[in-house]
Amino acid sequence: MANFDTELDASGLNCPLPILRAKKTLASMSSGQVLHIIATDPGSVKDFEAFAKQTGNALMESKEEGGKFYFLLKKN
Amino acid sequence: MSEQKKLAIIATKGTLDWAYPPFILASTAAALGYQVQVFFTFYGLQLLRKNLNLKVSPLGNPGMPMPMGMDKWFPVIGTAIPGMESIMTMMMKKKMKDKGVASVDELRDLCAEAEVKMIACQMTVDLFDMNPAEFIDGIEYGGAATFFEFAGESDITLYI
Repeated sequence: MANFDTELDASGLNCPLPILRAKKTLASMSSGQVLHIIATDPGSVKDFEAFAKQTGNALMESKEEGGKFYFLLKKN
Repeated sequence: MSEQKKLAIIATKGTLDWAYPPFILASTAAALGYQVQVFFTFYGLQLLRKNLNLKVSPLGNPGMPMPMGMDKWFPVIGTAIPGMESIMTMMMKKKMKDKGVASVDELRDLCAEAEVKMIACQMTVDLFDMNPAEFIDGIEYGGAATFFEFAGESDITLYI
């Protein structure tokens, strides 16, 4: 697991909450910092790809492990 | 980022199920950097009340899944039984909570926080003698021309 600056546990939350919480958390971070997100919503895999593409924040990692989804987003 | 994208939505429905699309799309678009306006007209104005009392009805809604296979053996007329609406609303709210779906209040708060502009249709407010004091703070009032001012330069416009 790469290093990260902030962690967001969005487990149990459904669309669109993981994205909205991530957006809110990113707003409190500075450019270049990395946000680690944990989610259980399978839809979040595609949604975080789309979020990264549209907002310019880099999705450095996206993986599934034991039914949970983990993402690393680098703030632009 | 270059020119900010814009999303304009007209929300016309005032039931619990139909409250979701406008608020989900508006809040998500805002998170993606869109500037968003939602114009609430007719029954959509119910979505602006401070005290939301939204219901979902199985009546005339054959696509609605019902618990325990009720939709399979229940006669259509059964959906009109008094109290059915309250029961289905209660069940729907419980299901949403269990599955981690946000409440309408929560999504609406997120929209307000993200500076989604909410506009109440003045004509409908007058038509139904609605009391603006019962609506949430921070909304604006306007008409069709107000909607077009923003919609005319929007990238996406949706009628819900």
